Amino acid sequence: MIEVESLTKQFGSKRAVDHLTFTVKKGEVLGFLGPNGAGKSTTMRMITGFLPPTSGDARVCGISVIDNPKEAKTKVGYLPESAPLYHDMTVIGFLKFCASIRGLKGSAKNDAVERAIETCFLGSVARQSIDTLSKGYRHRTCLAQALLHDPEVLILDEPTDGLDPNQKHEVRQLIKRLGESKAILFSTHILEEVEASCTRAVIVDRGKIVADGTPAQLLEQSGNGSLTDLFRRLTTRDTEEAA
Amino acid sequence: MTSLTIYKRELTSYFAQPTAYAIIVIFLALSLGLTFSFGNFMRVGDASLEWTFFFWHPWIFMLLAPAVGMKLWADEQRTGTIELLGTFPLSTWSAIIGKFLAAATVWLVALALTFPIILTVNYLGDPDNGAIFSGYIGSFLVCSTFLAITMLVSACTRDQVVCLIVSVAVCVTMVLCGYDDFTRELGKAASPAVVEAVTSIGVWEHFRSLNRGLFRLQDLVWFGSFMFVCLLGTSAILSAKRS
Repeated sequence: MIEVESLTKQFGSKRAVDHLTFTVKKGEVLGFLGPNGAGKSTTMRMITGFLPPTSGDARVCGISVIDNPKEAKTKVGYLPESAPLYHDMTVIGFLKFCASIRGLKGSAKNDAVERAIETCFLGSVARQSIDTLSKGYRHRTCLAQALLHDPEVLILDEPTDGLDPNQKHEVRQLIKRLGESKAILFSTHILEEVEASCTRAVIVDRGKIVADGTPAQLLEQSGNGSLTDLFRRLTTRDTEEAA
Repeated sequence: MTSLTIYKRELTSYFAQPTAYAIIVIFLALSLGLTFSFGNFMRVGDASLEWTFFFWHPWIFMLLAPAVGMKLWADEQRTGTIELLGTFPLSTWSAIIGKFLAAATVWLVALALTFPIILTVNYLGDPDNGAIFSGYIGSFLVCSTFLAITMLVSACTRDQVVCLIVSVAVCVTMVLCGYDDFTRELGKAASPAVVEAVTSIGVWEHFRSLNRGLFRLQDLVWFGSFMFVCLLGTSAILSAKRS
């Protein structure tokens, strides 16, 4: 479903993503781990077609995002890191706008919006202006936008960032449930999340994959059953890099 | 189709916030106020509106048109919603066209609301309504050109204030460059070739001929190509920023 092939992104002299290769199959939830600045968001932005890669290719459902970006984008639902929204719109207005751009019309559009509102528990704020929402609701509104067209591939950049423990739990359950029928790639800093909702995880550091496996395999690799230890051993601390 | 969706959203956003109302009210107050004060509308006894009413438009537009256009891309980049637009299946062009037409519509409404002046001249005298109509077209083209410039500038920055100041500076230059008093002074200091070059980027020559009810192809081509180049530049800058 998602095939990333030797994807590279160069920003000036800095190589943010360095010949990254991995795949995510249908029914798989891949956790994307790594310290800040490891190239997680950049990789996701390239797969969604927002950033053009310096070299390499990414294919979504077999469609290359470089050769056929418009079609590839129809297959993907994307939650950007900062969960950006148009603050002057209402939740329902925003979702209808996104659905229209996705080419949904009439009753199909209304059904899709209703379903997304229900899935993301937005019923109580549907007619409220986005300006007035709390962070958790804003985040879920942006997540709802990614689910509207029932995409085969979901790319979620830190979907649980800034949520309270209840909301985190709900989103993890949602990811797990959606993962049964879709291919999901999501990034996170929270290592427990990997055990809670991933079928597989990769750890990236400075644009390269340094570990890849099921949560159980990664735990085994760590030697003492602690993902945190493994993470700290494999990745570079930004304090180290500066020194 | 997606242009239409973007157009509707932008237009709703203008009228859901005080922006459009504030600008329309200020435009009406200034354009009609100047007509009756410095334009000496009542004393001149000229029903053509060329000097009393339309004369003031470029001066007002050079300050107010950038205020309408400044948010178009600057805001999108500041809030990060450009990442949503960039991952939706739509071309940059359809977003540019939709946004440009929405801003132009705000000005169309503003110009339409000056209708009492047409009623007044028709009541007081016997004007050439064809010339008045072509004067309106001239006004609309000048202000659309300024909007296109603002759009180009707003693609360069995420800061609306910077966008406003730079766009106003460019528009003021374009108004001054073709203005008679200015070119006369310039003629004393510079060679005729320089004067001609400077005058050619001014709006007056093209605006005046339309004011007199003269449809010349060269004016329409001038306005059209100016806008097209600005929009093309916008598209180029937006793509360049991503890579």
